Amino acid sequence: MSGPDLLLTALALLAAASGLLAVTGSRVVHCALWLVVSLGALAGVYLVLGAEVVALVQLLVYVGAVVVLVIFALMLTRAPVEPSDRLDAPKGQKLAAVVAGISVGGILAGTLIYALQDLTVKVQGEQGSARNIGRAVFSGWLLPFELLSVLLLAALVAAIAVSRHLPAEKRPGQSLTEDGGVQ
Amino acid sequence: MIHLLGPAVLAAALAGIGVYGILARRNAVLVLIGAELLLNAANVLLVTASALPAGGLAGLEHSQTYHDPLIPGQVMTIFVITVAAAEIGLGLAIVLLLFRARGTVELTAVRELGEASPRHTETPS
Repeated sequence: MSGPDLLLTALALLAAASGLLAVTGSRVVHCALWLVVSLGALAGVYLVLGAEVVALVQLLVYVGAVVVLVIFALMLTRAPVEPSDRLDAPKGQKLAAVVAGISVGGILAGTLIYALQDLTVKVQGEQGSARNIGRAVFSGWLLPFELLSVLLLAALVAAIAVSRHLPAEKRPGQSLTEDGGVQ
Repeated sequence: MIHLLGPAVLAAALAGIGVYGILARRNAVLVLIGAELLLNAANVLLVTASALPAGGLAGLEHSQTYHDPLIPGQVMTIFVITVAAAEIGLGLAIVLLLFRARGTVELTAVRELGEASPRHTETPS
């Protein structure tokens, strides 16, 4: 095994193990922090594969923004800090989830192992550089890129609109009638 | 030279873990963590595929050097990360609204998505 292969295996094991801890842990805050470890290890995987811009975006957007949002949401929904057994679904559903997870992972892994076998490629470091990614985004991918910025704006406005919306019975100066309509 | 099987198997494992996280969790915020892992599995696979020459596996026989100048694998990964950021922002806003309306984020306790009304109530668990 070469150096990059060894590094890749270590980072992949770290990402998978911390991802598993993030979905099985019994303390919500620990789950969010294991998610940070998993996403950080994935940024390392991208770096080894020669995608440096993607690795940086992963660190900035996922580890920097998404996880902070998740922790804020846990705080605002008064999630319990101590270990809780109410985080997981009932036993039967959990068993079904294990079966579904293993079968999805198994089928995907089987297909990919069959397709790739022991294929080796040379990593092109310059392919993922900021210059090449920028040129690609602002030439062939310009329309999807602009659409994506509109999507982000729409999602932001929608998030504000949704979180300002109060449930009907708590709206001041209004009361519910017998048939459920608002007077 | 690098083996592509490692990151491919990692993507499969993350997809399985993500599916388990979505299905087995009761807390809505933790379900969203599972969805993030599932999206990251797709990203790993896209970046892995971008290490192949243009044309993917079929392009291996033709040439080892030619690469797609549009770098679809990595650009699509950046797009997926952007969509995931939009998704988690909106998803957490909905979870917060759920918490303010019902006082809980446990998905087993919430069977109906509409607002509670006198005629149409859910049974408390």
